[in-house]
Amino acid sequence: MGPLIGSPLVRLLLARVGQGVLVALMVGLLTFILVRALPGDMAYRIAAGRYGFDWVSTTAADAVRHDLGLDQPAPLALLAWIWDLLRFDLGQSLVTGRTVAEELSHQFGQSVLLAAWAAGLSLLIGPPLGVLAGLRPGRLVDRGLLLVAVLMRSVPPFAIGAVLILVLAVQARLLPAAGYGTPAHAVLPALTLALCLAAVSARVSRDAVMTVSGSAYYGFGRTKGLGGSLLFWRHGLRNAAVPVLTYFGVQFVALVEGMVVIETLFAWPGIGHALVHAIVARDVPMIQGAALTMGLFVVAMNTVIDVVCHLLDPRGEPS
Amino acid sequence: MTLQRWVGVFLLFSLLAFSWGVPLIWPLDPARQDLMVLLTPPDFDWSVGVTALGTDHLGRSLLARLAAAVRLSLGLALIGVVTAAVPGVVLGVLAGWCGGWIDRGLSLLADAVFALPGLLLVLLVLAIAPGSFIALYVGIALLLWLEFFRVVRAQTRRLRQAPAVQASRLLGFGPVLLFRRHLWPELAPVVLTLAAFGAAATVMATAALGFVSVGLRPPVAELGLMMTELLPYYDEAPWALLQPVAVMALLGLSLTLLAGKDPR
Repeated sequence: MGPLIGSPLVRLLLARVGQGVLVALMVGLLTFILVRALPGDMAYRIAAGRYGFDWVSTTAADAVRHDLGLDQPAPLALLAWIWDLLRFDLGQSLVTGRTVAEELSHQFGQSVLLAAWAAGLSLLIGPPLGVLAGLRPGRLVDRGLLLVAVLMRSVPPFAIGAVLILVLAVQARLLPAAGYGTPAHAVLPALTLALCLAAVSARVSRDAVMTVSGSAYYGFGRTKGLGGSLLFWRHGLRNAAVPVLTYFGVQFVALVEGMVVIETLFAWPGIGHALVHAIVARDVPMIQGAALTMGLFVVAMNTVIDVVCHLLDPRGEPS
Repeated sequence: MTLQRWVGVFLLFSLLAFSWGVPLIWPLDPARQDLMVLLTPPDFDWSVGVTALGTDHLGRSLLARLAAAVRLSLGLALIGVVTAAVPGVVLGVLAGWCGGWIDRGLSLLADAVFALPGLLLVLLVLAIAPGSFIALYVGIALLLWLEFFRVVRAQTRRLRQAPAVQASRLLGFGPVLLFRRHLWPELAPVVLTLAAFGAAATVMATAALGFVSVGLRPPVAELGLMMTELLPYYDEAPWALLQPVAVMALLGLSLTLLAGKDPR
């Protein structure tokens, strides 16, 4: 165990676990404030959600009040609230009455599907273009890419989505504008998210390739007579992949943020859509569950990327 | 100043001139409806100005609404960035310079806030008081100070070891002089770049939240809100929807160019 604890991978994983706990604490704290700040008596609202509006009585409300610790002073109630959260006891939706876990499991699946499509598409678009630009810096591909990347970065994802709807769904009538059901419905939301991600990952790949192709070992490979493509596949790709992948982890934050807006724009029944609906309906357990799931999703994906980076470059702390 | 930054400055000043100039030249009310002229296309009739850029689905002048929306976005960006930069820089210098438990405490706080994706944080703060300008502002400031804090802290830690700073300390100069002479000149360009990025982030977050109808509420003229309102009319009036999109793009572009770094 001794050497294992000091190894960089274990340190990284421990840091990620700590980050996950911090996510839960932040979400718990903010939703706790949200409950306390709601107008009216929370116990009556929850009792109405649980037993139906006709069955709300003072005794039912008192039972709920006692159950949820709403009668306790704030610091104690906060501790109980966080404890429930850490046991993944998310409670029931105030709107539908079903448990939050049940509601979220379906929506989360849809979101992961969309995220996987978007991430996959962005990897097909971004890094190859970045490599092309990085191998010939200052040429047409490189300059064009910089222009497109700056433009894409200046516009929020939903505006790009709106333009895609106008062009591909309304003018060309190629794809459905919004909704869900057939694979065709996934194309526009996935493409919108992918384009936003690819604009950045292309630039990162371009810089990574330029760094690698300027390095001494790359020059030595050329000196010993390796041809352009062989040199790149043997010495370039793996070294350039580490920063690109590391940055891909940072981009998951952008992906999750984009999901909130893009799912709402395209009426995709995912977790971001659920979060927005829950906020509009002031459904606190659903807000908490959705925010927690999305936060932990980012942490989990970053952990995966940490491990992959470690496998690609096992020398120590990934850059 | 690079050419890129000059273009950014030029764009930003054009937008400022547009947003504050329009109400001076055409005293139009951005909330005034006229149900006789719904979704009129732009006629570029600048003498009255009401229909110069067309009207929306309630017959409100798009010219007046766009100007009001840009004023709102840039105003919020300005106060958000200023209120985030001041504590961010002060705490960052404090944490980087003092080290010890001050550093550890502040860094833990920053890590806790940073653990959540930024837009989620703003969403959760906004959920406490939906549609309120104050909640939106607090959420955005809470998000923005982090970036200032992290970067300034790292820079200060590095500068603290610099020979010039060490020499100044040995000569017995006070903290105010050290900050003015040695820290601020190095920090200022970074802080300005962060401020431009922060302003861009504020503009985009405000629009994104307005767009999913958890941000500011109608009838406020706000770019994201205008896009949501005009989206159902994409078939009849694509030019109406494209206007807030184009203004949003110009706003984001000007701030990104002003920041003067590669877009990341």
